[in-house]
Amino acid sequence: MTALPARSRVGLAQAVRDTAVITKRNLLRNVRLPQLLLFSTVQPVMFLLLFNYVFGGAIGRAIPPAAGGKYINWLIPGLVVQVATFGAGQTALGLTEDLSKGVIDRFRSLPMARSAVLAGRTMSDLIRNGLIISLMLGVGFLIGFRYQTDFVRLVAGVAVALAFTYAMSWVMAAIGLAVKNPEAAQSAVFLPVFPLVFASSVFVPTQTMPDWLRVFADNQPITVTTNALRGLILGEGALLPGQTVEGQILAALAWAAGILAVFAPLAVRVYRRTVS
Amino acid sequence: MSGPIVEAEGVVKTFGPIRALDGVDISFEAGIIYGLLGPNGAGKTTLIRVLTTLIRPDAGTARVAGIDVLADPTAARTKMGLAGQFAAVDDYLTGRENVEMVGRLYGLGRSDARRRAAEVLERIGLVDAADRPVRTYSGGMRRRLDLAASMVGRPQVLFLDEPTTGIDPRSRIDIWNLIQDLVADGTTILLTTQYLDEADQLAARVAVIDRGRVITEGTPSELKDKLGGAVVELTVTDDCRDQTLAALATVTGEQPTYEPSTKKITVPAPDGARTLMAVVRSLDNSQIVPDDITLRKPTLDDVFLALTGHHAEDQTQTSATKPRRSRRIR
Repeated sequence: MTALPARSRVGLAQAVRDTAVITKRNLLRNVRLPQLLLFSTVQPVMFLLLFNYVFGGAIGRAIPPAAGGKYINWLIPGLVVQVATFGAGQTALGLTEDLSKGVIDRFRSLPMARSAVLAGRTMSDLIRNGLIISLMLGVGFLIGFRYQTDFVRLVAGVAVALAFTYAMSWVMAAIGLAVKNPEAAQSAVFLPVFPLVFASSVFVPTQTMPDWLRVFADNQPITVTTNALRGLILGEGALLPGQTVEGQILAALAWAAGILAVFAPLAVRVYRRTVS
Repeated sequence: MSGPIVEAEGVVKTFGPIRALDGVDISFEAGIIYGLLGPNGAGKTTLIRVLTTLIRPDAGTARVAGIDVLADPTAARTKMGLAGQFAAVDDYLTGRENVEMVGRLYGLGRSDARRRAAEVLERIGLVDAADRPVRTYSGGMRRRLDLAASMVGRPQVLFLDEPTTGIDPRSRIDIWNLIQDLVADGTTILLTTQYLDEADQLAARVAVIDRGRVITEGTPSELKDKLGGAVVELTVTDDCRDQTLAALATVTGEQPTYEPSTKKITVPAPDGARTLMAVVRSLDNSQIVPDDITLRKPTLDDVFLALTGHHAEDQTQTSATKPRRSRRIR
């Protein structure tokens, strides 16, 4: 038997390779258990259909003309951000499941890059959420969604949403690792996220909310990111007076970068502590 | 290699008020199976977690294959494999994909990982099932696959945490055979178990661990000598108990004991089955028919009773001075 040489350090090249191995492993789960992807796609599509057909008529009167007179055009950018937010919750669920099954112990006993478990998990969830967003856009097109600017701006909007979901994945990683158990993670993740998504401009314009709520809603990252997408997809007319598309994009990216800067190191710290 | 391959000295690990490891010393040479024997919550898993770099102890030192696991954990990890208490394999991947993935994470290239996975799967007899998803595997197959994954990096030392807990007796024998094959090839194995017969079957040396301390260490036969071998255990109706106790004392030359809570009478059986037959003949002559009579080998519980004065699962005795530990310290 030829033994492996003893390495004291894991180089960058190996860290990248290990991250790719973990990413692939996590993605294979979605391919092998198609119901996973199905259920996570059904929920946003259900939101899309319910809001468009049930509330669309009533809300349609309150939306800016930039939406081309159709609620669905207003709704889709919001739903993309909703999917980005809810989808990030999977990061917490995936990590707690690996923790409870002893998979994380196995990884930690291997001479692999420590960072690869979290980096691979957030990367695979980014790819997965990108896929779900694309699927939802497809359904949107089928039932009448049309972008009012151009295709490049639509893609740019999706990119802003992906930056946001990636940052949120690190928040969820920290939450998941802190609560550890998969059932607890379910409520720890979705309980705070649900009101945040509704107290935003995702489904309705914020103008009719009471002042105290509107001030919060207008300034929280989900609204800012949604506004950036609406600006890109529907044009500047979809924004509040005084807001510019560039300004909203910069603000959205700043939120994503800020969340990442706080929660990525935090998640790494909780990871180190959780497993020792 | 000269010197011990695994060496732990004065290892202490506390979780809040609980001293899971309370100054553990173990040391053994390469090429053997070393058994850690103890009940749930004794500290076996915690010790494995320290040795495999999963947790840092509060005090003490640990070396595996000559590498200080605290100073250089990454280098130590290249020398070891771990199969934990739960088979840490992915249900939705195939057996082969599971093993290849671990090979890649050991730093093997793509084709090396593939070749090595094929070797290991052949070795553990999972070739036929290798390309099926693991969720179709039985419990015993999952354990074997987990073992395969721990072998893929050709570790010098394998740490197996209760490798046969909760699997059927046939799979248990399969895993025993596999473990013995591995050692014949030069791998060193540290295994934990709650079963005296498992330690007896496999281990060259055994450390009995209780409440975070090693309470005795030696070969399985040394351990059994300390216990004095088999016992005859019987129950009789209350009215002929005194007569039975007298007859047993005469036949065996030993003092029988009576346990009122279970109504069981036990007496040492230095000659095994011969003692049992002598007891039966003597009872028959006195026209006593026992309700139940068995010759049994010492169990882990007997080891504990003999060495510590308390039962293996009985933690209440010292609860006044020590907090109760949870059943499984992870």
